[in-house]
Amino acid sequence: MELLSLLIWLPIIGGALVILIGNDRAETAKWVSVAISIVIFVMSLSLYTDFDSTTHLMQFEEKVSWISQFNINYHIGIDGISMPLIILTTFSTILVIIAGWEVITRRTAHYMAAFLMMEGLIIGVFSSLDAILFYAFWEAALIPMLLIIGIWGGDNRVYAAIKFFLYTFLGSVMLLVSLIYMYNKGGSFSILDMHNLSLTAAEQAWIFWAFFVAFAVKVPMFPVHTWLPDAHVQAPTGGSVILAAIMLKMGGYGFFRFSLPITPDASLQFADVVIILSLIAIVYIGFVALVQRDMKKLIAYSSISHMGFVTLGVFALFFILKMGADGDIVSINGGSVEGALLGLEGAMVQMISHGFISAAMFLVVGVLYDRLHSREISTYGGVINSMPKFTGFAVLFAMANAGLPGTSGFVGEFMVILSALQANIWYAVLAATTLIVGAAYTLWMVKRVFWGPITNPAVETLNDINGREFFILATLALAVIIMGLYPQPVIEVIHSSINHLLNQALTSKL
Amino acid sequence: MMNTFQFDTASLLLALPEIFLLSAIVVVLLLDLFLTKRFKQVTYYLTQASLLITGVLSYNLIGHPETVIFSNSFVLDDMASVFKVFMMGFSMVAMVYSRHYLTQHSLFRGEYFILVLLSILGMMVMVSGYSLLTLYLGLEILSLSLYTLIAIARKRSGAIEAALKYFVLGAIASGLLLYGMSMIYGISGSLNISDISAFASDANLGARETLIINFGLVFLVIGIAFKLGAVPFHMWVPDVYQGSPTSVTMFISTVPKIAAVAMLVRILVDGLGAMHAYWADLFMVLAVLSIALGSVVALMQTNIKRMLAYSTISHVGFIMLGFVTGVVSGYGAAVFYVFVYILISLAAFGIIILLNKEGFEADQISDFKGLSKHSPWFALMMLAVMLSMAGVPPFIGFYSKFFILQQVISAGFITLAVVAVVFAVISAYYYLQIIKSMYFEDADKDITISAPMDIQLVLSINAILILVVGIFPDFWMKLALSLF
Repeated sequence: MELLSLLIWLPIIGGALVILIGNDRAETAKWVSVAISIVIFVMSLSLYTDFDSTTHLMQFEEKVSWISQFNINYHIGIDGISMPLIILTTFSTILVIIAGWEVITRRTAHYMAAFLMMEGLIIGVFSSLDAILFYAFWEAALIPMLLIIGIWGGDNRVYAAIKFFLYTFLGSVMLLVSLIYMYNKGGSFSILDMHNLSLTAAEQAWIFWAFFVAFAVKVPMFPVHTWLPDAHVQAPTGGSVILAAIMLKMGGYGFFRFSLPITPDASLQFADVVIILSLIAIVYIGFVALVQRDMKKLIAYSSISHMGFVTLGVFALFFILKMGADGDIVSINGGSVEGALLGLEGAMVQMISHGFISAAMFLVVGVLYDRLHSREISTYGGVINSMPKFTGFAVLFAMANAGLPGTSGFVGEFMVILSALQANIWYAVLAATTLIVGAAYTLWMVKRVFWGPITNPAVETLNDINGREFFILATLALAVIIMGLYPQPVIEVIHSSINHLLNQALTSKL
Repeated sequence: MMNTFQFDTASLLLALPEIFLLSAIVVVLLLDLFLTKRFKQVTYYLTQASLLITGVLSYNLIGHPETVIFSNSFVLDDMASVFKVFMMGFSMVAMVYSRHYLTQHSLFRGEYFILVLLSILGMMVMVSGYSLLTLYLGLEILSLSLYTLIAIARKRSGAIEAALKYFVLGAIASGLLLYGMSMIYGISGSLNISDISAFASDANLGARETLIINFGLVFLVIGIAFKLGAVPFHMWVPDVYQGSPTSVTMFISTVPKIAAVAMLVRILVDGLGAMHAYWADLFMVLAVLSIALGSVVALMQTNIKRMLAYSTISHVGFIMLGFVTGVVSGYGAAVFYVFVYILISLAAFGIIILLNKEGFEADQISDFKGLSKHSPWFALMMLAVMLSMAGVPPFIGFYSKFFILQQVISAGFITLAVVAVVFAVISAYYYLQIIKSMYFEDADKDITISAPMDIQLVLSINAILILVVGIFPDFWMKLALSLF
């Protein structure tokens, strides 16, 4: 087994091991879990150090025949688009496991094992180069999440868990049908072969929408976002973190890996629909977030709004560039290649950054929830008086969520807005309103929770964060600030792949 | 034309599994009479041994070139042998589970095992039947044994009702089937499958002949659809599943499906393959109705046996989709689906039986409440079973659906595939109900598991296979395809 395979299977085997350790020996289970997750993270770092950022070709490739009847291979490999997401996954898993340390007292070993297994499955999603392998990981990753929400969730967890599962399941079966269709046409389930498969306009349209349903549900885009607030509110803190930080990225990743390269003409044809839906998510869902009384719900809606930038950035390129008759890229309305690249790279940066910020925001709520068992904003007020250190972190993350320059939240959104400006000034104007709306709902929440006088006597007795919580929040704070001040390393590794993707997206298959 | 009846010892060897099983039945039947209560377990062990030996005998015949013996009424080909091996294997597993149930509910009698063996003999005859008469005889041996098997719990009114219902409706279906057969015989002049095939594929077939064949065909399809439990001939399924003792329900819902599919292949594919365009249309309607009704009606069930009955109906729809395609790879997909379905179903019923305790019939979905706490291992097994039924990878149920869908799409029926997957998502809801009960709810009664080691061990292997075959399905897919 090579590195990438180890990254997929070690957490899964490790998870099985932790289950065997059992809930009765929770301490051992916890230490083993955290050790495994740290080992995986360290191993995944060598994906970054050994990565060749000058090529768009797949790296760390492995290929073994799996189901030869259908020419399905265990074919994995990564490029600049998947590599950062894998490291984000291994990074978040450590935090989640530590975050559940004292909080999860019921079936602790199973809880840790579920997260480890999910880590492996999600890395599998990001590294699969075979469509059926991808689909198997994609669906299998739902199972641990279903159990995490259902077993360790809040009062209405059953409803939220089943809604989450059915929603995403319905989205993905259409993906399966279109993958099979392409196999019957091209004779291969390899995703890279599908990139080169020629499809008629009608076929592309059908396949585009099948993909769209699968990925839009995961992102989630308006109007198929309704499962997310339920799932987030009911899920335990760790579940919310993984859901927001990684699972949503699976949808964004799908647009990069499947929609643009496989159905470029349909993407061009329907780009305006996707952009309008993204803008609705950014603006309208932003306002929805404003009126929430439940902190987790507020952050869930803010997630949807921020993920709108990802889809906006991906599809803005069709209004900036087009392929000329002689095979040269020509610009529309004076847009530039750099502008289109900014959109795609901004979408990637936004995905990574949202991974840090949403994780941090959910952890912040988790810290409060662990103490007072309430997510209602009205329960709190004046938290700064009893938890000054904690408030420092919370305000930093809130600022990042609002897109303050210097934090990672600013970088991705700014890149996407710049790109949208070249596409259509109104897109940019509408997207930019998020800087106001986002600031409004985030800061208003901060004001009501952290500032002001203490209205609830229970708040007075709150203990400030302990070392474990400090460690998690400090790590994320570092990530948010480094990414905000110096995003160049990320942009560097994704550049070649994004550049190649841009060409694929502009090359007509007709 | 019918030949005169030939008989030689060489052809006897090709029917050795059947002959052995019949002799074993006679031995077990006689021996059982003389066994005192203390030694009743001997019947069980003899049954298992008979099944094992029959399986080995069938296994040895795999690879034998296709031979038709007994005056063109009995065929031995790879499909027959492989089907028989699987039937024996699945039956042995079913008997392990059955024993626990029978002991718990004071139903442990020698007759149970003898009836099971008899029904298996009927199925073997169906699998190897190469004339309409042999097929019908096999079907009747199977059906009559099953009617009696249900009624073995004669003190339960539900069981009697189920047996009677099954008997009456089964008799009607047999009548319809026989009527269809008589039509085909009347026009083609032969009961033999290859003669019928030659007659039906004759390019100069007149309009009158075609009409009569199609007329008979409709009745044959109805008869087969009834035996498979496809909508709208499914009425008996929920009641029989619910009313029968769980071990009998398990048996009825699993192994006989192989025989029904074999009969389908012999009559419709081997015999009337030329008429595929006609019966495929009928099958398409039956399949869509089955998938739809099976998925939707199951949503409202609280009794798990009834729920599994509707789930079976929807699985049967998927199996029929494989035959709609009209290509051998589609038939292979259907056979693969049957094997997978049986493997999963056995595990599902095995776990239900595992929860049974003396005098306590675990047949409500709520009986699974809190199982994950009391027996995390078997809850995990049931989780795999349910997700497999819903078609979630990496469990085997995904690959069987995938195979069927791939064939259906390849045959150009994309809408059909989309309809099928949408209903598959709907059906996922009720499989999730079981998972919900096991994992998300707490137990409201004592659910400690006190089953003997053998059932626990076999059940674990059965459920692990659902995952292992799911990760390595290639061999089994190829095996199913090689049968056509």
